[in-house]
This record gives sequence, structure tokens and C-alpha cells, in this order.
Amino acid sequence: MSEIAAAHDDHHDYHPSGLWRWVTTTNHKDIGTLYLWLAMIMFFIGGAMALVIRTELFSPGLQFVDPQFFNSMTTLHALVMIFGVVMPAFTGLANWQIPLMVGATDMALPRLNNWSFWILPFAFAMLLSTMFMDGGGPAGGWTLYPPLTLQTGNALPFVIFSIHFMGMSSIMGAINIIATIVNMRAPGMHMMKMPLFVWTWLITAFLLIAVMPVLAGGVTMLLTDKFFGTSFFNAAGGGDPVMFQHIFWFFGHPEVYILILPSFGVVSSILPTFSRKPLFGYSSMVYATASIAFLSFVVWAHHMFTVGMPLAGELFFMFATMLIAVPTGVKVFNWVATMWRGSMTFETPMLFAIGFIIMFTIGGFSGLMLAIVPADFQYHDSYFVVAHFHYVLVPGSIFAIMAAVYYWLPKWTGNHYPERLGKWHFWLSTIFVNLTFFPMHFVGLAGMPRRIPDYALQFADYNMLASIGAFGFGFAQLLFLYIVVVTIRGGEKATDQVWEGAEGLEWTLPSPPPYHSFTTPPVVR
Amino acid sequence: MKRPHRRTAVRLAAVCVLMLGFSYALVPLYDALCDLTGLSGSTSNLTQATPAAPEVETAAERQVTLQFVANVNHSMPWDIRPDQFEMKVRPGHTYQTVFHAHNRTARPMTGQAVPSVAPQMAAPHLIKQECFCFTSQPLDAGESVEMPLIFKVSERLPETIGTLTLSYTFFDVSQTSGTQSG
Repeated sequence: MSEIAAAHDDHHDYHPSGLWRWVTTTNHKDIGTLYLWLAMIMFFIGGAMALVIRTELFSPGLQFVDPQFFNSMTTLHALVMIFGVVMPAFTGLANWQIPLMVGATDMALPRLNNWSFWILPFAFAMLLSTMFMDGGGPAGGWTLYPPLTLQTGNALPFVIFSIHFMGMSSIMGAINIIATIVNMRAPGMHMMKMPLFVWTWLITAFLLIAVMPVLAGGVTMLLTDKFFGTSFFNAAGGGDPVMFQHIFWFFGHPEVYILILPSFGVVSSILPTFSRKPLFGYSSMVYATASIAFLSFVVWAHHMFTVGMPLAGELFFMFATMLIAVPTGVKVFNWVATMWRGSMTFETPMLFAIGFIIMFTIGGFSGLMLAIVPADFQYHDSYFVVAHFHYVLVPGSIFAIMAAVYYWLPKWTGNHYPERLGKWHFWLSTIFVNLTFFPMHFVGLAGMPRRIPDYALQFADYNMLASIGAFGFGFAQLLFLYIVVVTIRGGEKATDQVWEGAEGLEWTLPSPPPYHSFTTPPVVR
Repeated sequence: MKRPHRRTAVRLAAVCVLMLGFSYALVPLYDALCDLTGLSGSTSNLTQATPAAPEVETAAERQVTLQFVANVNHSMPWDIRPDQFEMKVRPGHTYQTVFHAHNRTARPMTGQAVPSVAPQMAAPHLIKQECFCFTSQPLDAGESVEMPLIFKVSERLPETIGTLTLSYTFFDVSQTSGTQSG
């Protein structure tokens, strides 16, 4: 297969070497690799910011950093982790896997693909440079609420333009993914035969196209309010600061599903392999994903129950939000039913996938608590919220990304990763992630507000535990970096199928797959 | 670029442009939706909130307390205060009071008052017939002014409300004067 492919593709097998290869590449595998490495680098940068936060919060009182810098750490940590880690990592996985999974030669728009990646390093260079500007980095929270955010110093336009760039990159990536899935599936692979990772990414890509422009519009209004005398959010000119929250969360709530839907696809790929059973309820999984995406557009105001909404509005958003638990519950039940009476083995990807299901569900339940309007008035802007979204994002999205990397790394590199180290990585991560975030539920319910550098003495013990957990989790990720590097460099050779129970087009290719794969389309039965 | 890919890409890009337009359209859309459903609870359209039905003379002895608060947006160098901090008013009757403003600086400035009523449920029942908050207020260096407010409290004010607070925040609109608000 690979020899045929190589002979066939001589005419565009021009390989510049060194750095220039990576700058000019239009190959989906190269670009996927670039996205994943960017996410890895940003993960450690964002993680370092988290550790600055946890160091300051280790004990009560102000000891290490000044409050302004602390606030810019919480703001940048969020922007880096959301736009710099989870989104690029998923786009990287999509770049590597979608052409392999649908039997395409490459992405539909390879040059656009190159461009959408190479915008990102510049966007993040610009975002991170704001830390060294007069007035410091953005410190009004990643949600950029006016009027506070409009008091940012020189950093504000840089933050806004970097968000524009990230948005453009995501939109172009999403267009590419949709074009690939819609136009380039192998003969015989109709929509309801697509792997779930492809389905979830298709739906995610539509969400990205629908909401990233709304974020771009919202931040542009901030920019013109600050520098061009408009009054979108300025009460003095007849504007309304709450309007920004509506626009922001109209983007923001679909965004949180952008951060989680591809994880559902990853977990739905991994569980059948290691349970040696087909996925339970394939079509209900597809419909559940689509309904979650649809509902995500009508729940945004549950982020702003305390702004003074009328009761009718609060009730609508409360019930719409709780409705999302139904399709999500369908998914969790399907995953459990997939494992039920399967011949399960517990390799590292499977451990991360099961950890995902359990801990994501914990985060989902605290989300339901937050959806209850009368209770939310107590939880709002407290550490309970911090605990909630970290449970769905860290042992949720991040664990799914790690599961995906362990699952497909042998396919990408041709080498097995060291299994024992992988299991160490899983158990250290799981223990420390819970030590970090579980106590935050308690301090949140007891009244500790988020985004503060100092706190009352009563919260001291749990904060110390959380800080210890954060450092443990952070250092455990160095093990992940080490495992990825040694697997790329060598190791036990993987077979084409890699995993005993793996099914799908990507496992019919050699490991590692040739640079140009599926030059003759495979036929799906 | 192959033709089907180009077609898909162009269509999706068009969706993006539409959504960008939609984000700006949200600004008037929210206002329209709030006016239509009466969901907003804002005080911005108080002048139109005059009840259509004739007001019945109910227990004429009912009195509510109206408190006045005035302050300035963080760094605006004006002194603002209400003439009376508190008034006893009868629902259905029209009253008048004034607010004092003084420009402490040595330059002419323009201020804009933005009203807010607490509790929120009372907001539609406080009817301002004349208010300095309808227009922006220019003041020369060191100038002082008395600003009139004519208002009444609707008789439909729920029985449970005994005290209302009317708060004004002044914003410096010297840079952008010309923009008006109600």
C-alpha cells in the first residue's frame, strides 16, 4: 500500500527539510502534529499560570504576587487553556484522524489548513506579550465584562486582536473539517456509518461557524467602545453593560460544547475497542450530540441569573438548561452499556476514557446544581463554579485528549508507548486532579468567591490541599511529555491494527501511515 | 481548490459573515424583545409607561417613601446631591423636587444622568414627567445648576412596596456629547 502510494505521488512529493518543511506543509498529518505540539506547549504555559495562582492561594494573605498580576494570571490561564490548549488539541486530532477515518487523501482545503494553524503562534505571542505591557495583561476575567475590562491598559487592543486571530483560525479549521467530511468520504461511507469522532467534530465545526463570529462581534464592540466613542455597553451613551453578557454568553455557552463534544467522540471510539463490543446505541449517540448542540443556543443566560432578569426569563433558562441533562444522560448510559459484559482490558487510553466518564459526570451533576435558579444565587461566582467547570474541562476535555493521544500515538508513530508509565501517568493525574478540584466544591459552598488573591482563614485547609494537588497534577504532566517524546523516538513496534479490538479505516493503514494515505479510496461495505 | 470544496467553503464563509452581522443585530433585537415581552425591568422607557386605564382613587391615605440617591461615575469631578434625600408621597399625585449639580473643574463639561429604581418591581410604577435625565447637562467651569424632577408614583404600585429608591449616576460625556439617552 505504502509503495503504491509513494509511486503514485512522486509529482507532489516535494519535501523541503528542516523548519521550512513545517512552515510550508499542507499535509494533514504534519499540520495535525503542529496543532498538537502547540497545544502541548500552551498546556505547560497555562499550567505554569495555574501554579502561580495556586502558590498565592496556598495560604491566606498576600505573599507572592500583587493582586493585579494575580488577576491577569486567572484571565490569561483561562484564555490560554481554552483557545490555546483544548481547541487546538481537538483540531490537531481532527486533522490527523478525520481523513484517516473517512478514507480521504488529505483535508479538503490543505492550504487553508496551513494558514489556520500558522495564525495561532502569532495570536498567542501577541496575547502573552500583554504581560509585559504598561498596565499589565488583561485582568478583568476571560469573560471580558465591561466596564471593568475597558479599564485594561495598553493590553486591551492586543487581547482583542489576538481573540480575532484565534477566531479566524477556528473558523477556517471548521470550514475545512466540514468540507472534508461532507465531500471526501470514501465510497459506501454514508453519514450514519461515520465514526462518532467524525460526527461529533462535524457538529462541533457547525457550532464554531455559528458562534465564533458572534464573539468577534462582541469584542469588536468593546474595542470601538474604548477607542472610537461608541456606546454599545456604555450606560452614559445609552448602552447597557449587561448587553455584553448576553452577547458573550450567546457565544460562550455553545463554546463549552465546542470544548466537550469532540471528547464524546474520542470516548465513543475508545470504549468499543477495549470492551471488544460495538458501541451501544450508535444512532442515539448521533441524535444526542445534535440535540446538545441545538440546546446550547437557548441556555446562555444561565451564566447570568444574578444580573436582575425577570422571573419568566430565569425559569425558561433554568428548564432549558436542565433539559440538556437528558441527551447527556443518554450518552453516559450508552457508554456504560457499551462496557456492560464486554471483554474489557484496561490499557492507558481505556483508563483515561473511564476516568472521563466518571469525573465528567461529577462535573455534569454540579452543573445541574448551578442550573437551579434559587440555588445559583448562592453558588454564583464562588469556587463551586470553579470546581464545576474544572471537573468538566480537566478530567473531561483534557483527559479525553490524553486518551486520544495514547490511543492513536502507536498508529501515528508506529511505536507503542511504555504502558507502565502510561498507567502511572493516569493514576497520578487522577489522584491529583481530584485533590485539586474536589475541595473547591466545599470552599465554594462555604462562600469563597472566585478570582481573589486572598481569602478568609476558614478556607485555609482546603486551599492548601488544592494547591498540593495542583502541583502534583502539574508535575505528573511532565511524565506525559516524556512518554510522548520516547514513543516518537522508538519503542516496541505496533501492528497495523495496534489494538486487538480496534475497528475502522485508520487501522487498515500501516503504522505509521504513509505520508499520503488512501490515494485510492477504500470501499466501505 | 476543487469545485465542491470551493462551494462548501464559500457557503460556510457566508454563514460566518451572516453570524457576524447577527452579533450586531443582537443589540437592537434584545431591546425589541424586551419591549415586546416587557421582560426587561429596565427604567429606560418610563415615560411611555403611563398606565392607560384611569387611575382609581383608592385609599387616599396610602403613603410611600421615596428615597433619592445621586452619585458620579468613578472619576467624574462633579458634586451631585438631591435637594431632599427622602419624600413621603401619595400614589397618583404629582410631585416636584430638584437635584443640585456643581462642576468642580476649571473646564466646561457635559454630564449625563442614568436613573435606576429599586426594588426592581417598582420601576414601571415610578413615572417621570420631567427629568434632567432625559437630556445631557452641560456645565461651565465652576458652574452650579438646579435640575428639576417632576414625577408621580402610580397607584398600581404593589401594596407590598412601601419604600422606593431612585438613584442617579452621572457619567462624563464631554467626549461623546451628542449621544443622547432617555
